[in-house]
Amino acid sequence: MEALISLFVKAVFIENMALQMFLGMCTFLAVSKKVETAIGLGVAVVVVQVITVPVNNLIFNLLLREGALGWMGLPDLSLAFLGFLCYIGVIAAMVQMLEMFLDKYVPALYSALGVFLPLITVNCAILGATLFMVERDYTFPESVAFGLGSGFGWALAIVALAGIREKLKYSDVPEGLRGLGITFITVGLMSLGFMSLSGVSL
Amino acid sequence: MGLRRILDDLEPHFEEGGRFGKFYALYEAVDTIFYSPSKITVAQPHVRDGIDLKRVMITVWIAAFFPMFYGMANLGYQANSAIMNLGLAGTGDWHEVIISLLAGHNPESLWDNMIYGAAHYLPIYATVFAVGGFWEVLFAIKRRHEINEGFFVTSILLTLILPPDIPLWQAALGISFGIVIGKEVFGGTGKNFLNPALTARAFLYFAYAPQMSGDAVWTAVDGFSGATALSQMATNGLPVVAAATGEQLTWLNAFFGQMQGSIGETSTFAILLGGALLLITRIASWRTMLGVFLGMAATATLFNLIGSDTNPHFATPWYWHAVVGGFAFGMVYMATDPVSSSMTNSGKWFYGALIGFMTIIIRVVNPAYPEGIMLAILFANLFAPLIDFSVVRANISRRRARGVI
Repeated sequence: MEALISLFVKAVFIENMALQMFLGMCTFLAVSKKVETAIGLGVAVVVVQVITVPVNNLIFNLLLREGALGWMGLPDLSLAFLGFLCYIGVIAAMVQMLEMFLDKYVPALYSALGVFLPLITVNCAILGATLFMVERDYTFPESVAFGLGSGFGWALAIVALAGIREKLKYSDVPEGLRGLGITFITVGLMSLGFMSLSGVSL
Repeated sequence: MGLRRILDDLEPHFEEGGRFGKFYALYEAVDTIFYSPSKITVAQPHVRDGIDLKRVMITVWIAAFFPMFYGMANLGYQANSAIMNLGLAGTGDWHEVIISLLAGHNPESLWDNMIYGAAHYLPIYATVFAVGGFWEVLFAIKRRHEINEGFFVTSILLTLILPPDIPLWQAALGISFGIVIGKEVFGGTGKNFLNPALTARAFLYFAYAPQMSGDAVWTAVDGFSGATALSQMATNGLPVVAAATGEQLTWLNAFFGQMQGSIGETSTFAILLGGALLLITRIASWRTMLGVFLGMAATATLFNLIGSDTNPHFATPWYWHAVVGGFAFGMVYMATDPVSSSMTNSGKWFYGALIGFMTIIIRVVNPAYPEGIMLAILFANLFAPLIDFSVVRANISRRRARGVI
């Protein structure tokens, strides 16, 4: 249990998907203008992560990895080359279901997120978490903790960024830097702040 | 009122269309140093108070003099003690030329110590001030905003948290990053979200780690190397020794600052004097300061209770954490920066507590960095707008539940 908690904390702060790994940047920069929308997207990402990482973990361990199909009498077979295809398929299906759910029950958030909701499918942070899981060979409980942590870390980062950008509405940014330019600088400075935790050993 | 007349005679040249129209910001800066501006607000609400941003900044600047003067004397004391103990002839670099003109190397003599400290402090401060002022004036003229005394504060605070041995070009680069990227790209004072002095310090820390950390940089003597009190605690726990003098460090020594460290951070006592001035004039928020202190004390006590066999820093009590390293300096001068901290009163408690909490976390469980307060404040700066947002939201929903709105 202690190992799982430290894995979670590590995924949230030390290996923050957005601010330390710089994954999922397009959505991160685009949907961070308002705190409410950012919270909505953050929750959506957490939900997607918590489901896709463990599901992909099961698919990898039970079907794809070398020797996983031993019970069928095929001990030498490795289907790992199908990995990307399967993972992205699971993610796409998951996002599609989430989209239908939001459209039905939270229409305000659905329209606020707009095109960025289906774009979660190609959010690098989501696929990135699955690939980290495969690379680091997490067990099933570890993959749950890691999925939760990486999603939560990304959500925390985007909500903090949205808070800062709402404050920056009162700033007087030079003409050429307005919009994305200043957001890039902001994210860079945020990641400087998050450097405080790199090196923490848990 | 001769001066007033001179300024009034000059004013037409600096106005739009005048000969020096581009440099209006310079004229305005000089004018408002001597006289209160005649501009008044026309729309409500009116604040009836003589204070303005210029007075606020100058007060912080003056408050920073306490640790500055103590820092200079202590810097000289530490270095001269080290020179005496090692049997050296002098600092071994270009500072020696200046020092030998005016004073010797006797650690007992306040004059020698002050000269030694000043010879190291003033070049850094002059560099930081000139470069910071250059950027401030350049942006004020090009972007047509007022020259703001914010860079007075930024430059003195940055100088006080630098190691005394830092090469001057690094100090210049640091302040450039802090002022330009940390503040001016957002439109100047009041429009940024990170503390510019800390942005500069963090930039230097990550860019030039060998000159900004380790054992060799804290006492300004070439070839001298000794661990700071904080890093001794991190490896061996208490008790610790003052590296330059070789004596064991008591709590009172640490409180009054007889140890090596960044120029302005060593004496908690001098910092508290400056803090008292800031609190009496109500420039700094007591809520933030108290929040930082309580957050630190609670987290340190929690680590005391948890305990650890492998990490002696777990056992460091809160009253030691409060006097070593940059904790007091960060609490009084950095965390209370009104721009980058939380704005709401209850938000300031959370903001402060987050800083205190993170400071101890970084100090105790992060072996990569011995000191935590700088990065902790930057970290809390990121979440300050979000804390304000939540406080305002909670207030709205409370009032809605009461049926007020």
